[in-house]
Amino acid sequence: MTALFVVCGLIAVAGAVGVVALRQPVHQVLALVLNFFALAVLYLSLNAEFMAVIQMIIYAGAIMVLFLFVIALLTARRDPGEPRRGFLTGPWDVAGAAVALILLVLLLVAVGRVPAAGIAASLPTGFGTVAAFGQALLYTHVFPFELTAFVLMVAVVGVIILVGRKQA
Amino acid sequence: MDNTILLYIGLSVILFAIGGAGVLLRRSPLAILMCVEIMWNAGNLAFLTFARKWASAGHDGQVFAFLVITVAAAEVAIGLAIIVTIFRHREKVDVDEVRELHG
Repeated sequence: MTALFVVCGLIAVAGAVGVVALRQPVHQVLALVLNFFALAVLYLSLNAEFMAVIQMIIYAGAIMVLFLFVIALLTARRDPGEPRRGFLTGPWDVAGAAVALILLVLLLVAVGRVPAAGIAASLPTGFGTVAAFGQALLYTHVFPFELTAFVLMVAVVGVIILVGRKQA
Repeated sequence: MDNTILLYIGLSVILFAIGGAGVLLRRSPLAILMCVEIMWNAGNLAFLTFARKWASAGHDGQVFAFLVITVAAAEVAIGLAIIVTIFRHREKVDVDEVRELHG
């Protein structure tokens, strides 16, 4: 359990650092997929079976393919990579890194106030299985579930309005 | 003392900060969008950790994480559409150079 967490946590952090550090968008997408798969394994270790599957199919599958399509569409003829700059050059980079560091410290302080506790040893039977999750989603939370359909519909209409017309 | 929950929440915080650093440091809108994805997922990890911790209370945390994923999908679709629109008007995109709000 702990070994699984350490390995997957390190892979997830490595993927995230890769997304921040790499210059080529395709490499960034691959690093992000690595991050997502490590997180999916962690979701499994948290008894969230359905969420792990969704993480791989929707996130690592559909959303990342969308990214790849846009990268392929936009960068077919020109070099997409940001010009390589030195690490933390210029005042704005230093300021951004400082803000991120402050964010990390503040969040870690907040985590320090979470009471140290193990994860519940006794689970309700069937917790996190697809059947139990589906029951919670479609019985208890059916209205938010219907709202997501509306959100996705608005997103699709918005995308068509933004890029669908020939004369934008 | 078992402090598994702190490990998971700590990892979530670290991923969130890495994503935030990327949003602040990168110039390419595609990179920024991907770093925002890291931040969404860090939040999801925290949701699922707390859902596991208070499993006896039901699946509310997992349902919320599911809703977060759908909203993230919508956000990615809109964000990429905006990036494509900006790319049509300019040769290279640097978020610092996009100042005007009209299409």
